[in-house]
Amino acid sequence: MGLRWKKRLMDEGEINRAVNRMAHEIIERSASLKDVVLVGVHTRGIPLAEHLSKLIHHYEGLEVPVGKLDITLYRDDLTEIGVQPIVRRTEVPVDIHGRELVLCDDVIYTGRTVRAALDALMDLGRPSLIRLAVLVDRGHRELPIQADYVGRAIQTSRSEVIKVHFHSTDGEEGVDLLESES
Amino acid sequence: MMEAVQIRHRHLLDLEDWSASEIESLWRTTDAMMEVMQRKVKKVPSLQGFTVATLFFENSTRTRLSFERAAKVQSAEVLNFAAGGSSLSKGESLKDTLRTIDAMQADLYIVRHVAAGTPYQLSRWTDASIVNAGDGRRAHPTQALLDGYTFRRCFEGFDGFRGKRLTIVGDVMHSRVARSNISLWTKLGAEVVLCGPRTLLPAELEQYSGVRRCFRLEEAIEGAHAVMALRMQRERMQGGLFPSLAEYQARYQVTTKMMERAHPHAIVMHPGPMNRDVEIEGVLADSERSVIEEQVAHGVPVRMAVLYSLLVGRGR
Repeated sequence: MGLRWKKRLMDEGEINRAVNRMAHEIIERSASLKDVVLVGVHTRGIPLAEHLSKLIHHYEGLEVPVGKLDITLYRDDLTEIGVQPIVRRTEVPVDIHGRELVLCDDVIYTGRTVRAALDALMDLGRPSLIRLAVLVDRGHRELPIQADYVGRAIQTSRSEVIKVHFHSTDGEEGVDLLESES
Repeated sequence: MMEAVQIRHRHLLDLEDWSASEIESLWRTTDAMMEVMQRKVKKVPSLQGFTVATLFFENSTRTRLSFERAAKVQSAEVLNFAAGGSSLSKGESLKDTLRTIDAMQADLYIVRHVAAGTPYQLSRWTDASIVNAGDGRRAHPTQALLDGYTFRRCFEGFDGFRGKRLTIVGDVMHSRVARSNISLWTKLGAEVVLCGPRTLLPAELEQYSGVRRCFRLEEAIEGAHAVMALRMQRERMQGGLFPSLAEYQARYQVTTKMMERAHPHAIVMHPGPMNRDVEIEGVLADSERSVIEEQVAHGVPVRMAVLYSLLVGRGR
């Protein structure tokens, strides 16, 4: 099954503006900014979390810690799948007990990754609350899960694929729409 | 840095058919499992729905416990089959025993047996995955994987196995741990020096490129990056393979003094259980050079990675 490129949905400037707005929303909504911890889901939730942390530091002069979460061990399809997902290291540098977590991921789709991420976070401690930040919400949820901070909501069909590129992971920045050809 | 690769093996029988990049990928998974073992609550759901059975035809409480822990931390169901109290002692054949256990629908068997090759034979009779937890003198792959992992993590300034030297001291002939470590370290580009009384160092092991025998401990340890002492079993003395324990100690005991000849950062390993002050000087086993405790601690995450790698991705 190949993927055909359709169009660029967001360029670097549009990503920057969206992430900027999300950073302001996080600052506004958090009861206590010093208790906030940004947790990025491997792989492309991490650059989003780092970007948000940098902006919050820029506006508020506060270092918001960034954690890395791998959700592989919590996937709900491990007994069924025919390929083996690579497990990466979870690194959350602070005790999350009582903290306000902002879970960050590049795209929200079925909601299953977020479900797994919530279980993974709960195993690390008991945060006071967890909110969700995504760069792109592409719809088609299979679970009752919604994002609190959204860079852009985009209507998609199930045969389409959203591909997010960040400098640190892909060498350039942008959001592309692709179509799978079966 | 090497890309992580998919591990496509159904079994872990020995390390001969595992590539260097598969071993490195397994160790990356082990890194992630280490983090799980450092949490307050050591439980992840990764093997939920899988059933693992331990078939220990030869006793070994600590290896079985280590595997059991590795399975349970990942939420697998664990069945324990201890051959001592089973129908094998009533004359049932190995094949019939396996058939009976197969009816319990386990996905993976962890097998230890005194007869070399038993795990291979079992793998032909079942659809389940087989992990060799030690067969005769042949192989003990998870022990070698945890020894190599320990070197990778504990050797100060580790920059790969190429150009490194492992010295294994003692009863190499009867040791599956030695054979699996030879296979692992040479595959990764390290040199392996075997040291001990001539009667306990089989010449055929020099068939591996990168392996040589050395009968004097001083020479064998010279410049070594890791030194592994093997357990000296008193029974071997009766077999006439070495004259006396005192003579063995005098010539082959790994001591603090002897370690001065090794690389300045050299580590000392022992697969356990150890005879303190026989094959290894007690104070050395407790010293900073010793990574014996780390070896034990790494057993669980390495075995977690093995179970994950064999079970996940095979589909149902």
